[in-house]
Amino acid sequence: MTKELVCIECPVGCTLSVDWQGCAVTRVSGNKCPRGEKYAVEEIQNPMRILTSAVVCEGLSLKMLPVRTDRPIPKARLTDAMQAVRAMRLRRPVRSGETIAANFLNLGVDLIATRDST
Amino acid sequence: MKKRDLVIVGGGPAGMAAALTAHKEGVRDILLLERDQYLGGILNQCIHTGFGISYFKEILTGPEYAGRFVHRIRNTPAIEISLKSFVVHLTKDKVLTYITPGRMEVVQARALIMATGCREKTREMVHIPGTRPAGIFSAGLAQKLINIEGLLPGKAVVIVGSGDIGLIMARRFILEGAQVKAVIEIQKTSRGLKRNIVQCVQDFDIPLYFNHKIACIHGKDRVEKVTVCRVDDAFNEVDDSRFEIACDTVLVSVGLIPENELIEMAGVAIDHRTNSPISDAVNATSVPGIFVCGNSFKVYDLADSVTADSELCGRMAAIYLSRR
Repeated sequence: MTKELVCIECPVGCTLSVDWQGCAVTRVSGNKCPRGEKYAVEEIQNPMRILTSAVVCEGLSLKMLPVRTDRPIPKARLTDAMQAVRAMRLRRPVRSGETIAANFLNLGVDLIATRDST
Repeated sequence: MKKRDLVIVGGGPAGMAAALTAHKEGVRDILLLERDQYLGGILNQCIHTGFGISYFKEILTGPEYAGRFVHRIRNTPAIEISLKSFVVHLTKDKVLTYITPGRMEVVQARALIMATGCREKTREMVHIPGTRPAGIFSAGLAQKLINIEGLLPGKAVVIVGSGDIGLIMARRFILEGAQVKAVIEIQKTSRGLKRNIVQCVQDFDIPLYFNHKIACIHGKDRVEKVTVCRVDDAFNEVDDSRFEIACDTVLVSVGLIPENELIEMAGVAIDHRTNSPISDAVNATSVPGIFVCGNSFKVYDLADSVTADSELCGRMAAIYLSRR
């Protein structure tokens, strides 16, 4: 089978053409860089996205601390992941890059701060 | 009156890059004025990824991208940072008046860089008919309410315009548990990045209507619904194409315009079609020694491009000062 995809790895947005049989991608074309090929394979087999959101702070100078997963998670898990993020409360000061939740939802990724809380 | 070699207005990506490069090029007396209580500008509310790919060769969120520059600025003592400092007056002799908690300051700059960014076009500027109930926000304001203030402005949203901020907010509202009923774009294509159409709209099966516009916003106290219609090539309504969408919120994402009222006050020539300074070179203006960089010079698609042109602006200001 052949499918057209738009690569989301960078702002260029290459239009990719992907051939696959079963779960195996046989050919990717249209990508201007190697990231496009990796993206196409993942997008066919198991689409992945980095989740970015913000956690409610209590007793800190920021009301909301922006966070993200340090690596992409399966697209199908974004909704569960957001429910977990919405339930969180941050009460300790953190630095950008610091882990907020290790092995977040057993997904093998960490939820990290993307801003200093002070 | 205090005199400073270089005054920079705006502590977002443009102002920070200009300050760091001017310092690198030898300017040793720099005052950076920022109206907010934090450096970083609009990047602080742009919590999504997509920043830094060209400048840092990494994929960063807005706060992470800003944080890199904030860190560098804080480690450069020759750059004096004045937060909560709002410039209210500017003359052609580069005399700035700014208010800061408890006092008003006047300073004369030998060279001035304006890095005041841009602002969102409003409903009134694109003439959307209907009533004026609560629930109509610019996309960037909704972004600030959700990401900075922790407030969700609505539960059922229609987005007008498919610029990047509107697309990013479509995804943000969905992730926060709201419904996004539709994105309505009057043009044939989106002005937003293709990747945002994919990861913000298609990922969540949000209907995206090209060649459509809002014919009417309904609601007395709060938005209740919108009437949408198809348009022809001249953007006129096509007969019998009207349909309604129930919603409590309308986000307007119809473009950005450079923020240049201060330099206009100082007599700098402005092109009123684009609100950019009239000049024969990027970052320059009609008044020697007054420079403009980043989104206040022209609206860029990417923060990385703002950084690159603002570094150039920092160099231009350093050269101007060295020749005086």
